[in-house]
Amino acid sequence: MTEYNFAYLDEQTKRMIRRTILKGLAIPGYQVPFASREMPMPYGWGTGGVQVSAAVLTPKDTFKVIDQGADDTTNAVSIRTFFQRTAGVATTTSTSNATVIQTRHRIPEDALNEGQILVYQVPIPEPLRFLEPRESETRKMHSLEEYGLMHVKLYEDISRHGHIATSYAYPVKVEGRYVMDPSPIPKFDNPKLGGMAAIQLFGAGREQRIYALPPYTQVVSLDFEDHPFEASKADHPCGMCGATDSYLDELIIDDAGGRMFVCSDTDYCEVRQAAGHKGKDAA
Amino acid sequence: MYVAVKGGERAIENAHAWLAEERRGNTDIAELSIAQIREQLSLAVNRVMAEGSLYDLDLAALAIKQARGDLIEAIFLIRAYRTTLPRFGASEPVDTGIMACDRRISATFKDLPGGQVLGPTFDYTHRLLDFKLAADGEAPKALSRDAEPGNVLHVTEFLNREGLIEEAPHDDTPPPDLTRKPLEMPADRALRLQALTRADEGFTLGLAYSTQRGYGRNHAFVGELRIGSVPVEMYIPELGFAVEIGEVTLTECETVNQFIGSKTEPPQFTRGYGLVFGQTERKAISMALVDRALRWEELGEDNVGAPAQDAEFVLYHADNIQATGFLEHIKLPHYVDFQSELELVRKLRREAGAEQMREAVE
Repeated sequence: MTEYNFAYLDEQTKRMIRRTILKGLAIPGYQVPFASREMPMPYGWGTGGVQVSAAVLTPKDTFKVIDQGADDTTNAVSIRTFFQRTAGVATTTSTSNATVIQTRHRIPEDALNEGQILVYQVPIPEPLRFLEPRESETRKMHSLEEYGLMHVKLYEDISRHGHIATSYAYPVKVEGRYVMDPSPIPKFDNPKLGGMAAIQLFGAGREQRIYALPPYTQVVSLDFEDHPFEASKADHPCGMCGATDSYLDELIIDDAGGRMFVCSDTDYCEVRQAAGHKGKDAA
Repeated sequence: MYVAVKGGERAIENAHAWLAEERRGNTDIAELSIAQIREQLSLAVNRVMAEGSLYDLDLAALAIKQARGDLIEAIFLIRAYRTTLPRFGASEPVDTGIMACDRRISATFKDLPGGQVLGPTFDYTHRLLDFKLAADGEAPKALSRDAEPGNVLHVTEFLNREGLIEEAPHDDTPPPDLTRKPLEMPADRALRLQALTRADEGFTLGLAYSTQRGYGRNHAFVGELRIGSVPVEMYIPELGFAVEIGEVTLTECETVNQFIGSKTEPPQFTRGYGLVFGQTERKAISMALVDRALRWEELGEDNVGAPAQDAEFVLYHADNIQATGFLEHIKLPHYVDFQSELELVRKLRREAGAEQMREAVE
């Protein structure tokens, strides 16, 4: 595919996106509008993440793409192939070998390092969207730091259900200022957002927003003193590698509804299995 | 024993191969050519150009062929293509007053200079299936005559002379560019019109229809509808003047809307405006009605809470490429989020069950 520029986007567009990313890094958690382009994949399928990756990738990078924690889910395969074709960069499934990781819905289990970039695909960047559908209103609420509505919502959850009934895309507060949507990662992943050594970039293509967390940023999941935030997962070990500290997918394995649990992070699970760890369902 | 599902890559390749075979269909049937689509499905081609925001008949026809006739998919192909094209500059504003009209009608005057020209319209056809078309028909031939010389004045100009219709003041401010700047509210009229001209035909039609049925009624007359070609000129700095670089076919609709006056404006007729690539009159009329509904604020009208009056609602949901992408993304795996919801629902049910047991014991 020589007829397209390196990583598909033209240099002008990449410059515009890089400027947006820099602004986002300078104001952690603030959603910066950007002139999102039509990409050759549909809106809602990672066009924001793809544009951010295209803007940060260099020919020397090693690229990893995960969807639901896995490298081999169809859309992860499709995005990886896209950059293989348009940027010719090396790709990997190894979390530690990758320099740029694009993800949908998960943060890898292994801690990331300085020099790595984690790019999130974001469907709805506005944490207040389902409380207030108007963009003109929510932008005002952010600028006035008016987050009462969000606390009322969480409080109503507790009074109705006894718990905060948000299990993914759990809102966080960044450096004591902006309330941010961490993208639809399970709240199990929320504690990894704060103090991370890697750069975290969030791209929402259809909604035309980019935001960012520079390394070692303070990120706090919203909660109440008497109802502290709790990162939860299925209470089982992984059936394949026996890990007890990883986020698990639940699989139905027979017609009788028999279930098993395996790591959603496929690289994490495979590395553990290669090191000799074995779960109860492993051959 | 469980084996993790692998081979997404092969599955995708095979799916693409099957798709290509299905697109071609039965090979005993002759393959459609791009020229056939361009010439014989021209209204589909026009819609793809309008909503794809790219005036190129052959590329639009190619997109329709590749998309197996799914017009939104074809529009998507065109949008993804146009976004990679370099921009040399902008044309001069086109002058629809010098349009070579194929069709020009007014619903507000029985006759007027330039006359009523029906043109190639479905309007007065009886919608009876023409079984002759199923057999190989001969090429129909229409009568022709020379075009009337001279420009065709816009109907609203006649009303303007009497001061009966609001002024449309001349404005040389360069319009904002929706494809190069993120859409932000409030959007001025130029930006709204830009979004509407590439908006989904069905969505725009539905909104326009809702205003007719009372959700923000603004009682529109089609002051004028014209379809025809206009020259496109571009200013060349090295030459110091504008040169004609081509022609485009456009559909323009100007509505004349009843207006009894408001706190700020005297009683007069007001305007709604639609301008769309190609012969696309349903879209152009819809656009004009929605444009007029969105102008409530500048005309000092009441916001009655109708969907068509709500610029944020209309503009953020009118683009079918954004809409279809986000809608269809729910086909992608969501099992990580679903799993966390499963855990939550199980937990809440467990606690609710325990609560009921306790109440029963008491």
